Amino acid sequence: MITPTHYMLLSAALFIIGVIGVMTRRNIIIIFMSIELILNAVNINLVAFSMQLHNAIGQVFAIFVIAVAAAEAAVGLGIILAFYRNKESVNIDEMNLMRW
Amino acid sequence: MAQAIAFYTIAAFILGFAVLVVTTKDTVHSVLFLVLDFLFVAALYVMLDAPFLAVIQILVYAGGIVVLYLFVVMLVNLKRPPEAHRDPHRLTKLGFGLAGAVLIELGAILVSGYMKTPAAVVAAPAALPVSGNTEQVGWLLYTSYLIPFEIASMLLLVAMIGAIVLAKREL
Repeated sequence: MITPTHYMLLSAALFIIGVIGVMTRRNIIIIFMSIELILNAVNINLVAFSMQLHNAIGQVFAIFVIAVAAAEAAVGLGIILAFYRNKESVNIDEMNLMRW
Repeated sequence: MAQAIAFYTIAAFILGFAVLVVTTKDTVHSVLFLVLDFLFVAALYVMLDAPFLAVIQILVYAGGIVVLYLFVVMLVNLKRPPEAHRDPHRLTKLGFGLAGAVLIELGAILVSGYMKTPAAVVAAPAALPVSGNTEQVGWLLYTSYLIPFEIASMLLLVAMIGAIVLAKREL
């Protein structure tokens, strides 16, 4: 029997993999993909609770998360392109223009 | 039993492809593993009685967002891979440490969740006047969550304009 706890554990594992990707990679495109993994982990949680509570509100929120993820990807990739045009690089170690 | 087999298979694929996304050197391979990961998450949504969300996941994530990523990966023609450049000030160990801290935090939440007695089952939600997954989601989106829905549309419009402004060479 698969309980919501199983889905929560899967979601937590996916979240951790995303966090490790964000923390350790230098390629900003991979970091953005790790953020998508994190958002997917959140969505799995929302849909699992939606099934547990027998209503569709969790799925509605998952749709909002997907909409925000799409907006985030569009703007983030625009920023990557603008940065690449200036520095010919997508390495986050070189993104220090606004460091104080 | 069949449900358990399906869950563990899908979970193994999701986690395996997620690890590959994070660890692969080649960015294009990483994007392709991301597509497979999204497809298996969609399969998980089908298991969770959310077929509408599964279709949205495939259309928006595997179809739209990943194509956007592929375009950017093709556009930024990397002469020197980012991983080749080593910054002496970079704190990779600290990164792993912080990820471990998040892991410990999640574990503590799970353990403390087991300690507590489960809360009484929430009262049955108000029955919607429609049946069927897509109808229910649509009903909620256009009644209770109409204002968030409109705000999401505004957010997408603003993101679209912002992406054009950022990516265009000169306006």
